Amino acid sequence: MKKTVVTVVGKDSVGIIAKVCTYLAGNSVNILDISQTIVDGFFNMMMIVDVANCSKDFDTFSMELEQIGEEMSCIIKAQREDIFNKMHRI
Amino acid sequence: MINIHEVLETNEMIEKENLDVRTITLGISLLNCIDSDLEKLNEKIYNRITSVAKDLVSTGKAIEREFGIPIVNKRISVTPIALVGGSACKTPDDYVTLAKTLDRAAKAVGVNFIGGYSALVSKGMTNSDEMLIRSIPKALAHTDFVCSSVNLGSTKTGLNMDAVKLMGEVVLDTAKETAENDSIGCAKLVVFCNAPDDNPFMAGAFHGVTEADEIINVGVSGPGVMRKALESVRKADFGTLCETVKKTAFKITRVGQLVAREASKRLDIPFGIIDLSLAPTPAIGDSIADIFEEMGLERAGAPGTTAALALLNDQVKKGGVMASSYVGGLSGAFIPVSEDQGMINAVEAGALTLEKLEAMTCVCSVGLDMVAVPGDTKPTTISGIIADEMAIGMINQKTTAVRIIPVIGKGVGETVEFGGLLGYAPIMPVNQFDCADFINRGGRIPAPIHSFKN
Repeated sequence: MKKTVVTVVGKDSVGIIAKVCTYLAGNSVNILDISQTIVDGFFNMMMIVDVANCSKDFDTFSMELEQIGEEMSCIIKAQREDIFNKMHRI
Repeated sequence: MINIHEVLETNEMIEKENLDVRTITLGISLLNCIDSDLEKLNEKIYNRITSVAKDLVSTGKAIEREFGIPIVNKRISVTPIALVGGSACKTPDDYVTLAKTLDRAAKAVGVNFIGGYSALVSKGMTNSDEMLIRSIPKALAHTDFVCSSVNLGSTKTGLNMDAVKLMGEVVLDTAKETAENDSIGCAKLVVFCNAPDDNPFMAGAFHGVTEADEIINVGVSGPGVMRKALESVRKADFGTLCETVKKTAFKITRVGQLVAREASKRLDIPFGIIDLSLAPTPAIGDSIADIFEEMGLERAGAPGTTAALALLNDQVKKGGVMASSYVGGLSGAFIPVSEDQGMINAVEAGALTLEKLEAMTCVCSVGLDMVAVPGDTKPTTISGIIADEMAIGMINQKTTAVRIIPVIGKGVGETVEFGGLLGYAPIMPVNQFDCADFINRGGRIPAPIHSFKN
């Protein structure tokens, strides 16, 4: 399992989650956890996904997610989970 | 499992508070390149650097992409060139050819600085050490990416005052050689007392002779993150303040540790150390001076600044050592003037003087850094400033450094623009009283009594 954190930050609009999930499913990326919150009026979503079977390399995967974000006027980032674990867990 | 607030906190640090990994520095030993034929030596150095470091920049970029953390600089440090060139170089100009080769190799692999045009002369200078030192002005004027450093003393050896005197002249000559570019050569030249062998930060990085063939050292940063964290403890007591600094330093350093391990694994080069430093940049908010202001000082330089810096430096180390098993380099807080907008503002407001900066260097991780002074400053005065700083390092068993820029053709009240990470600096006044007879004595200042520990 290769855990990756996908974050979506932006103005809330119809279909954001649907579009991201469709992309993930289309590339054999399994969603392990999903949570969302509103901070300062902005929609924040975080997904923990497993990219072990992802059909694309990490670079392409994260760039394509970024593009989807741009189309929907929000920022989508994919980052390996390690950076968060290292920072917040001893 | 990690929660959304932790994820958002990390990303906020990166996006809004300038959290980054400041540098991955690949240390390369050039001892196996030594040759008595200058041409062969140049060729071997070029080939060694370009083969070992060929994937450094691409690996750094891949790590940035995967973890979503900027790695601002990818750099190289090499064995002090005075040692490597000793048998081939017969004149200072021979050493300049090595500087040009280093520059060419740095450009070929895409790094933005290469450090190690250095000599270690804390007790005495060999002939080759002296030739390298005399070649520094020309070497820095004819290269773009080469950084130079000279270790002038240590707690164990005392201070080499002949070399201190010589460096005053060399700093001024370097300024003159690069006068057309606001004496920028001096921004790439630093002198040390107690220079560490594993420092990843420029201009003082070199690959010490105590090191292995190759090593990865990483320098972390994060003054912006620290300032933001301290916003939440305004008016709280010192215990709370220290605890917050420590926790934040831990988080910053863990990211550095992750990047260092990852780079080491991918490049198949051993991991050396993390340098736990708060290194500012000219970007707004990425400033050590701003941290002082957040702590409650009107400006950096106000009474209380040395105490504020002392606690900051100490707590950064305490948080950092918990986050990484191997720490080293300079580790602490840097207080460069030109690279820190808050420090520049403090100088311009008249809050921060050269003398206060000197006091602050007793408790920070380095020394007088990126300080611009008038171009007509006497070489002996520069040597005097260097000697003072070296004495602080020697007596306090810490690293101290001087990176001072006498800006040719400019005086107090004017500013000098270096661009990029080096920023800009107001020219600071220097004490006008003379120290020539002191500096001209020559010889050595003996090691202090507390160095005899055997």
